Amino acid sequence: MLLGRTANGLYWMNRYIERAENMARLVDAGLRMALTRTQSASEEWNSVLLSAGSDATFTQKYQDYTASNVSDFLLRDTSNPSSTMSSIETARNNARMVRTALTRETWESINEAWMALKRMLARPIDERDLPSVLDAIKRETALIRGSFYGTMLRNEIFDFSQLGTYVERADNTARILDVKYYVLLPSISWVGSSLDNYQWESILRSVSAHRSYRWVYDADYKPTNIADYLILNVRMPRSLTFCYRFLAEHLKFLSDDYGERHACHATAEKTQAMLRAGSIKDIFDAGLHEFLAGFIRDNTRLGDEIAQDYRFY
Amino acid sequence: MRLAAFDEMLPEVSGLRRPYSAYDRWLKEQDPARLTEKMQDAERVFRKTGITFAVYGEQEASERLIPFDIVPRIISGNEWRRLTQGIEQRVQALNAFLDDIYHRQEILRAGRVPRDLIAKNEAFLPEMIGVRPPAGVYTHIIGVDIVRISEDEFYVLEDNARTPSGVSYMLENRETMMQLFPELFQKIKVRPVENYPQLLRQSLAAVRPQSTKGAPTIAVLTPGSFNSAYFEHAFLADQMGVQLVEGQDLRVVDGHVAMRTTEGYKQIDVLYRRVDDSFLDPLTFRPDSALGIPGIMDVYRAGNITIANAPGTGIADDKAIYSYMPEIVEFYTGRKAILGNIPTWRCSEPDSLKYVLEHIHELVIKEVHGSGGYGMLVGPAATKKECQDFAKKLQAKPSNYIAQPTLALSTCPILTEKGLAPRHVDLRPYVLVSDRIQIVPGGLTRVALKEGSLVVNSSQGGGTKDTWVLDD
Repeated sequence: MLLGRTANGLYWMNRYIERAENMARLVDAGLRMALTRTQSASEEWNSVLLSAGSDATFTQKYQDYTASNVSDFLLRDTSNPSSTMSSIETARNNARMVRTALTRETWESINEAWMALKRMLARPIDERDLPSVLDAIKRETALIRGSFYGTMLRNEIFDFSQLGTYVERADNTARILDVKYYVLLPSISWVGSSLDNYQWESILRSVSAHRSYRWVYDADYKPTNIADYLILNVRMPRSLTFCYRFLAEHLKFLSDDYGERHACHATAEKTQAMLRAGSIKDIFDAGLHEFLAGFIRDNTRLGDEIAQDYRFY
Repeated sequence: MRLAAFDEMLPEVSGLRRPYSAYDRWLKEQDPARLTEKMQDAERVFRKTGITFAVYGEQEASERLIPFDIVPRIISGNEWRRLTQGIEQRVQALNAFLDDIYHRQEILRAGRVPRDLIAKNEAFLPEMIGVRPPAGVYTHIIGVDIVRISEDEFYVLEDNARTPSGVSYMLENRETMMQLFPELFQKIKVRPVENYPQLLRQSLAAVRPQSTKGAPTIAVLTPGSFNSAYFEHAFLADQMGVQLVEGQDLRVVDGHVAMRTTEGYKQIDVLYRRVDDSFLDPLTFRPDSALGIPGIMDVYRAGNITIANAPGTGIADDKAIYSYMPEIVEFYTGRKAILGNIPTWRCSEPDSLKYVLEHIHELVIKEVHGSGGYGMLVGPAATKKECQDFAKKLQAKPSNYIAQPTLALSTCPILTEKGLAPRHVDLRPYVLVSDRIQIVPGGLTRVALKEGSLVVNSSQGGGTKDTWVLDD
């Protein structure tokens, strides 16, 4: 038996842990691009902010797209509700609220991550320290994930946690793609240009997939392969298909346990079927941007339905 | 002013006391540097596990640790047996008093307690008149604050019959001590306290409503994660294996209180509530309460839920009632109170008020409804101006205050940078009442960390110690 409010807390705790890490990943990709392509750095930081869904709030506060402004805003600014610091704080508040549902190891890893990041992000980050700060953020979230997978019973508590993780991750991957979808479009004038090449690499870096890509596809970056990898590949842990495989699986565990199916089950299965049946050619033919916009909309609806069907409020 | 206090480990007159002899031998073998290290380890453990409390009235309403001292407070088996007899008697009397006060009010008819003290008391709930809780128990979980002033003199400082807190510290303190000094527990036989959550669960299950079919569903009701004692609420729910609920999770469904789960509403039979009476039911008490459950009092009166502790138990631990406890104990148990009260002046009585005003520098003056060390005056430690200001408050509303002599609370050594140093302590054992009375051998020892200070409250710079009851 699980309280609706507890399910809600678990769901959001995990969405925010995922988000805390995604912010670090985005800054990491942006930093890399800014270092290697100095002339287009501010464009790159702009698309980082767009991927983070934080461009509008950023421009209210800052004039320039610089490494220190963007990393400050995305990592440590507590007035930005999605910054790593805000996210880890929200995750911890949720963890505190659902503490009785967590193993001691899981709670302690979240509490310690919060303490460590609070200390680390208390003052503006010196640019020279940025790489080590990003590493530390990823290490803290990895520790949380490790304690969570290593110690939690695979029951409904686990299921609601995973739903949060994968709804957030699918949203994040789809947004990264959507911000840069145009560089993946087959446009004659761009083919083979160095501009495309680094933009493609940047997409892969944002989801930490620039190395694994080469194990799966050729050494060369090809836009259709990149899109295929991030959307349809079943083995790539941040692809949309991968996320929906687990969303569908955990929703099925819940419907089996509770003996009841809801609207969210139909929504998740529909998206999963669509991903399974589609080829990357079909997606490009129908329009990549349209596909991604539709996906983000459906994914948001799935989140709302889960909240309603399982009485989060 | 320094009070000549009785030290529980090393009294000046008689030398090392027996309960501490084995510990003292061990202590003398320890390297002081290692002990300091252990002290820091302890703090790390507490911070990591998030054992914190919030402090009211501070800018950063943030989380703080209650300082923990690694020198245990040790009580012999004999001393403990005497204490438990006194506590049992007192707890019986408290429950009998509550039942009487909400029914026939014999004690008022007998003139042993003034009628006005009840009728005009905010802690008295007219809504509880004629209500008999399941199994006839009013106050299920009680913390009795006890102070010691000599080898043989123990007094009850106050009864906590509403929602006593601190038991999680008793448990975590022991857990921490066992982690830090496992060898000590092999050398010295200390009676265990860790089964408290199990006893609490059994005790709550035993007072379920009569109509409950099968195993009762138990839940802990918390005001939420921003409450200063939230850690404890979560801790107890977790250790008992029951749900931790907030008002927003509950509603009345078909004459029962039910919680919103992922599969719909599920009935609750026993609610261990950690919210105050006035927030319990917005339909009956404070209409602005967002913490409570509209209609829960109707369910309660219909006998369909056990609320622990029962609403209205505050009338038994009110500081104005406290001064009548010796009469109350004698009235219901037919015997003199085993554990005495601290002599108390009720400022509502003109003669007492006069005495208190004349001796304000020597007395401790407390608000009748206050708690946690807020709004009190420790005369000997106060400045002239503070005393004068307090005297004005006292004259404006005398019935709001009681006064007690400044007692030389016993001391117990703590570890400081300069080695062991005596500090004043008190003791809060925890009592569970169902069809029987159970007292866990131990309790929460609170210690005033500042040299000479008599205020042990955690909100006022107090710390805690592990409390050992020896198995001898």
